[in-house]
Amino acid sequence: MKEYIDTGKKDTRSGFGAGLAELGKNNPNVVALCADLTGSLKMDEFKANHPERFFQVGIAEANMIGLAAGLTIGGKIPFTGTFANFSTGRVYDQIRQSVAYSHKNVKICASHAGLTLGEDGATHQILEDIGLMKMLPGMTVINPCDYNQTKAATIAIAEHHGPVYLRFGRPSVPNFTPADEPFVIGKAITLTQGTDVTIVATGHLVWEALEAAKVLAAQGISAEVINMHTIKPLDSECLLRSVAKTGAVVTAEEHNYLGGLGESVARELTLNQPAPQEFVATEDTFGESGTPAQLMEKYGLNTAAIVAKALKVISRKQ
Amino acid sequence: MTNMPNINALEDLVIQVRRDILRQVHKVNSGHPGGSLGCAEFFVALFQEIMHRKDGFDMNGHEEDLFFLSNGHISPVFYSVLARSGYFPVEELNTFRLLNSRLQGHPTTHEGLPGIRVASGSLGQGISVAIGAALAKKLNQEAHLVYALCGDGELQEGQNWEAIMYAASNQVDNLIVTVDYNGQQIDGSLDDVLSLGNLRAKFEAFGWLVIDIENGNDLSSIISGLKSAQDHTGKGKPICVLMHTIMGHGVDFMMHTHAWHGKAPNDDQLALALAQNPETLGDY
Repeated sequence: MKEYIDTGKKDTRSGFGAGLAELGKNNPNVVALCADLTGSLKMDEFKANHPERFFQVGIAEANMIGLAAGLTIGGKIPFTGTFANFSTGRVYDQIRQSVAYSHKNVKICASHAGLTLGEDGATHQILEDIGLMKMLPGMTVINPCDYNQTKAATIAIAEHHGPVYLRFGRPSVPNFTPADEPFVIGKAITLTQGTDVTIVATGHLVWEALEAAKVLAAQGISAEVINMHTIKPLDSECLLRSVAKTGAVVTAEEHNYLGGLGESVARELTLNQPAPQEFVATEDTFGESGTPAQLMEKYGLNTAAIVAKALKVISRKQ
Repeated sequence: MTNMPNINALEDLVIQVRRDILRQVHKVNSGHPGGSLGCAEFFVALFQEIMHRKDGFDMNGHEEDLFFLSNGHISPVFYSVLARSGYFPVEELNTFRLLNSRLQGHPTTHEGLPGIRVASGSLGQGISVAIGAALAKKLNQEAHLVYALCGDGELQEGQNWEAIMYAASNQVDNLIVTVDYNGQQIDGSLDDVLSLGNLRAKFEAFGWLVIDIENGNDLSSIISGLKSAQDHTGKGKPICVLMHTIMGHGVDFMMHTHAWHGKAPNDDQLALALAQNPETLGDY
């Protein structure tokens, strides 16, 4: 089994900040907006280097989305930055009408997604944002797994014309994606080859899936791990090719099972290639305060949970 | 653009636009005639006399003035004036609110209708979008202006005040936002539903320069008011034009009431309304 090396823990939001800083240098049309969370979103470097292209909007997210939509008229490529909760649920109608329905080239960049926000608790831990965003026609939804991939994704979405939701997080997590690996929207990455079960993971759960594959390998079980960084459009070709081999799927995400990656995968399987599936996701619940590791354990979003679901889904194979 | 607008020709266009509004909503027995009629003079003045527009339409609108309609439900007047200003064939007004039409109930870019730069209908979003477009003009070092129209009732939406605060704080002074100040909304008068209080004082307290157009259904008053607004651009403040209009203007039984906000005339009512506005430039 191919080994992935953690080159040192880093936060995905810093990958966003680094990608944005690079875009600032290379693409004069890129502008950035932030709703009073410049430091948390790691947008300081862009702001320092391009003050004329940085818009501090204050604690006013609805206006931020509208400004971004307007900035596209005139050829700008706006990147909005705030927490995932305030990037989606708070401004759903603004995104729906002024961005998605109007097909504006706005990049909605959302940090602190999911439980790993930690101690701030449920008011800030959105577990519904993937569902909210993927339901909007024309919206691309991306949830990269580590620093390097978030940086690459940030750079890649500037080249894609159309609205994008880019979801990342707060905690430091293993950084294992090769720094020079190009990001291709909608093209999943098969990280390990396997024959007994397919683990389709997104975001922070990708590393946990790789760890789970090692545990399973020690038990003689061969797991194929897919990094499904783009949830919409879903790479069904990669998914179905894998399931044709393994005949069983575990999906893993830091999100409610309702509306998340798992449901998108289930639809592809139902339509094309029915197979048993288990969901590593939150069970239609809000989060709570705690450390990221405590929360991921309590809500069943870690390596152990993936291993357990993999064993269960294998037992369900005909 | 001439220095001395031919008011008679513009009046003729206003009357034809009123007929377009009435015939659009009557045909499909739906739509919003009241606010549309109240803004007929404004749209004619804006598109025929005030805005610097290029021929044709491209989304980015470089090197021309831009307009955003925030209160999208008055689409009938927007569509009529866009068509009669050359953005699309006047005959297309026949398709208003029909299946497969570019003239959706509320304006949208989704079907590619020339002249529309953002969808509106869900209220309170237009000022923000207009500010964004004005910021893009500044980044592009363009001197052209951005205009927006919003309803007065719509100002009950909180997003407007985020936008109003932003524009003043950031000296967005290439922006002229006109408020259709007719004092009516669906459930009744603004004062009955949710009073805006002293709207001029509110805008001024937020840092805007405010100009009143006392008769917002008089072409000369609108033109001089908007030209005065133009003269105040580029001086560090966004500009608000409080345009006092009469909902349903030009059709006597639709005036001074909110009853025709979102109701179409029947056959007899249409005939009566059209008789008060005899054909000038030719019906579509």
